[in-house]
This record gives sequence, structure tokens and C-alpha cells, in this order.
Amino acid sequence: MEPTDLTPPPAGSFWNDTGRSGITSWIFSTDHKRIGLLYFYSVFGFFLVGVLLGLLIRIELMAPGRTIMGPQAYNALFTVHGVVMVFLFIIPGFQGSFGNLVMPIQIGARDVAFPRLNLFSWWLYMAGAVIILTSLFTGGGPPDTGWTFYVPFSERTGTNVSLAVFGVFIVGFSSIITGVNFVTTIHRLRAEGMTWGRLPLFVWSLYATAWVQILATPILGITLVLIMAERILGTGLFDPSRGGDPLMYQHLFWIYSHPAVYIMILPAMGVISDIIPVFARKPIFGYRMIVFSSLAIAAAGSLVWGHHMFTSGMSDIAILVFSFLTFIVAIPSAIKVFNWVSTLYRGSISLEAPMLFALSFILLFSIGGLTGLILGAAATDIHVHDTHFVVGHFHYVIFGGSGFAFFGAMHYWLPKFYGRRYAEKPAVIAWALMFVGFNILYFSMMVLGLKGMPRRYYDYLPEFAPLNLTSTIGSWILAAGLVLLLVNLFRGLRHGERVGSNPWGGATLEWSIPTPPPTENFAEEPVVTHGPYDFRGAGIP
Amino acid sequence: MSSERADNHIIGYGTLTAVWVALLVLTALTVWVSRHTPGIGHVWGSLAIAAAKGGLVIAFFMHMRYEGRLLRWLLFLALVTLVIFIGLTFFDVLYR
Repeated sequence: MEPTDLTPPPAGSFWNDTGRSGITSWIFSTDHKRIGLLYFYSVFGFFLVGVLLGLLIRIELMAPGRTIMGPQAYNALFTVHGVVMVFLFIIPGFQGSFGNLVMPIQIGARDVAFPRLNLFSWWLYMAGAVIILTSLFTGGGPPDTGWTFYVPFSERTGTNVSLAVFGVFIVGFSSIITGVNFVTTIHRLRAEGMTWGRLPLFVWSLYATAWVQILATPILGITLVLIMAERILGTGLFDPSRGGDPLMYQHLFWIYSHPAVYIMILPAMGVISDIIPVFARKPIFGYRMIVFSSLAIAAAGSLVWGHHMFTSGMSDIAILVFSFLTFIVAIPSAIKVFNWVSTLYRGSISLEAPMLFALSFILLFSIGGLTGLILGAAATDIHVHDTHFVVGHFHYVIFGGSGFAFFGAMHYWLPKFYGRRYAEKPAVIAWALMFVGFNILYFSMMVLGLKGMPRRYYDYLPEFAPLNLTSTIGSWILAAGLVLLLVNLFRGLRHGERVGSNPWGGATLEWSIPTPPPTENFAEEPVVTHGPYDFRGAGIP
Repeated sequence: MSSERADNHIIGYGTLTAVWVALLVLTALTVWVSRHTPGIGHVWGSLAIAAAKGGLVIAFFMHMRYEGRLLRWLLFLALVTLVIFIGLTFFDVLYR
């Protein structure tokens, strides 16, 4: 790498061409690229907080008994880890950062449909985040309910649950606003020739996700308000002694929170669908079926929330129906995996960092998805419900899937916006460390779960000690890889080799404009004449 | 565009007043149904009346009656989703 050239980005790029200066040119900017970077650094900052909390949890579980903290601190730690990772990192992550950065350019637009609303969504997100963080240090201390805030415990605990759920409520509004903005943008602002059949698959995935955000998030909002009503007014909605129903809470919570898993994973699938053709030098296999599967996952995934409640006392018929519906989601998910693999078949594969993250996504997501079927089948779920198997499965899908796709997207798109790139060799080493560490960390958890170790327990039997130690060592390897990734990527974006407009040879529109992109993206509105993966049509060898 | 059509359309006071009166009558009907319908019937009756009231508000106060097909379909999609959410939840309660 050439770590020298420190000249500023060219005039006219979105880095320079603003009416304001300093911090106000960012926090009051309505440019989708600046808002995208605001989101990126915000969500990634919270991701690092979540990682730190996760590492502390693993250190505590390294050996039986007390290691570094007491049980109350442990309860608070896994709750805050979950709330931060789910609500502050991965749900807003793709839409807010890469969705904002890339989507308007990919459809040939100058900005999103409602730029001010876009900025407002970031402000709401930050306000919610501040409220959630405030809940850790005020009132009765950090919430200790787990990120699911299950009743009746969340009604009765003396910790600061009310403020935390209020923060999540605010973040939910931010998510809805982003969803409305993206649906409107994709419907209304596509450039001439950018037909629905020429939309990049990342845009299709954002579109499907945006609908889930619009339709499901209000239900989370209502549910969180009901928790506050229970705690503050004592309404008895979930209290059987007063005619309430605790299972109703679980229904309401999972009606949102299961589709939320698809808010987390669908854009990641879009990223993978964009990366693989570029690094395999082949058009995507089965474009229409991937589009269909994105919409099908969004639709079918919204109907399966009951599989979180198989052991809660739900009716047998409902268990049967939800179990059946859960298996249906596997079909569109498998369509995607088969199409990605078919795209790779006989491709001219280039194993650079974005591609390595994309390939590991396929493997890790497949493991996460297949273990999900074990949980979706009522008979097997009863044996592994609320064990470490669930924790392992969930992390395979969300960290191995969405997380690795996020790292892939960072390596793939950030050089476009910074005009510089990272060093390849350290990036590959970082990926290898993370891949190995990840599997040691979470595969151990799944085996622990099969052996019967419950999740969320502070202490455990001595027979579980060796695998817990193994899992903790895996977390350190993963963390080492993450540190290397961060140092290499951000050092590269600041001091690395300059890149041209199309460093990877992509055929989507973002690669047709200068690097870094100009403030309004296109000098004049583009006319699209070829598909997003038609390299020959785009004149790319 | 459909949004422009909705912007330009002005609903007369007469229509708005008629809708308002209809909403008041339906509210009174809800109270009557809750007191005079036996068994689970009052729940279904109240739900039906609430749906009718919602329909009036959406059609006239929110101008959906004068919108284009696309926006109507999008709203329909949202309502169908809500019905499915409620239906599947009731499904558990009814068979528990």
C-alpha cells in the first residue's frame, strides 16, 4: 500500500461541497451520504459497545461461579448487550448507513424522497439511544429483564425498565420514518430506464425490509407503551389475577420482534447479492427468484412469531400452525443460497475481502438457518428451548449473517465514499481470525445447549466448564480479528491508496459516478440501459 | 400524479358533517351492541362497527376515496397484515 497521499478530496465531492462547516455540516445535513455516514458511525459505535459487553459476559462465563461480576451485574450486562446490539446496531444498521449511502445512487436519484425526514430519523435514533443509555445510570439501575422485556418480571423489577423501553419506543419511530422514506424513494425517484426489473438486489432487499419496518414496528411501539402503562398505572393487561393475559405480551412482542430478524437479515442478503456477481465476474443467477424470495421472506417471516412461544402455554393448534409456517420461510431462504452458489459456479472468482465476507456469510447463515429449523419444529424445540443452543443459533444468523455482511459492505462500499482503500493482506488476515474465532465462540455454545446448559444463567455445572472456556477463547480470537479489521480499514480510508470510480468493476450505478461521489450524485439524471449485473452491457470487461 | 389529485380535491362541509354524524351514530350503536348482544357476539359486533368507522375515516377524512390505485393497494396491504396479526393471535386464544 502507498500510505502517503493526504491531499483532500476533489472539489465538488460531498465531503467539501456544503453550505456549512464543522460539525453542523454533518448533524444538520440533509445529504443522504452524510446522513448515511452519521448513521454508520453511530451504529458502529454502539456495535463496539455491544462487543465490549459481550466480551465481559464471556469472561464471566469462562469458569463456574463468580469470575469478574455478581449475578445482578450479569443480568444487567446481557440485557444491555441485547438491547444495544438489536435496537441500536443491527436493526438500524443497514438501512441507516449503507441504505442511505448507496440506495439513492443505485436508483439514479439525487437524494431520498424526504431528505429532512431522513435527518429527523437520525436525530430520533440518537435521542432514543441517549435515553436508553441514561436508563443505565439512573433510577434503579440498568434493566435486568433480557432484551425481550418479558412480563411479569418487567412489570415488577425495580430496575429502570420504563426509561429503557421509552428509549426503544423512540428508536422505533426512527425506523418507521426510514421505512416510509425508502418505500417512497424507490417508488417515485427511480431514474429513467431504472425499471423494477433493473433494480439492484440490494435495493429490492431494502424495499422489502422497509415494508416490514412500516407494518411491524408500530406494534412494538404499542407493546412498549403497554409495559409503561403496566408499571406506571398498574393497568393489569398482562396480569391473570385481574383478567389479563401474560401470553398476550409475548404475542405482541414477537409480532414485531420476529419480523425484526428479517429487518436485520434481508438487507444483508441484498449486500451479498450485490457483492457475489462482482467478485465472480458473472451476472447473478436467478435475479427474479431472488427478488421473489426477498418479498416472500418479508411476507412469510411476518407470520411465524409464535415459534418463540412453543413452551409458553400456547394452544396446541397454534403451535402446529406456527411450526408449519416457520418451515415455509426456509424455502425462500434456500432459494437465495442456491442462487448465490449457482452464481459462483464457473465464475472467475476473486477472493478479496468483500468476497471472503460474502462467502462466509453463505456458510454461517446456512448453519444459522438450518439450526433454526430445529427450533422451528415444536418437538425438538421443547428440548433446546431457552438453552445456549438458541444463543448460538441466533448469533450464527445475526452475527455470522448480518454482521459479516456488514463487514463485507464496509470493505466494498466505504472506499467509494472515502476515495481510498484499505490494505488487502491485513484485511484477509482479519477476516480469517474473525471466521475462526466466530465458529469457536458460537459452535461451542450450540453444543453446550444440546448438552442442556440454559441461557441467561449466571452459574453452571462443572461439566459445562471446558466448552465455556473454549467459547470464551473464541471470543478473544474474534475480538483480535475485529481490532485488526478496524485498524486496517479506517487507516486505509484515511491514508490508503487512492481508488478510481470503479475499483471492483461493478455494473450498478454507484460505480459510474466519480469517487468520492459529488453532492448531488449525478451531473445530469442518468438514463439506465442495462441491468445491475450486466457487465457486458455496462462495458466492463 | 395521484397525490396531486388528492391535494386538489376539496370535500364539502355537507359530506364531512354527514360522515361525522355517521361516526356518532356508529358509536352509539357500539354502546347498544355491548349491552344487548349476548355472549361473544358483542365482541364481533363491536369489531365490525369499529372497522366501519375506520373505513369512513380513511375514505373521507384521510381522502383515500380520491387517491390513486397504488396508494389504495398499499393501504389495503397494511390492513390485511393487521387482520392477519390479530387473526393468528386470536387463533391461539380461541383454542387454548
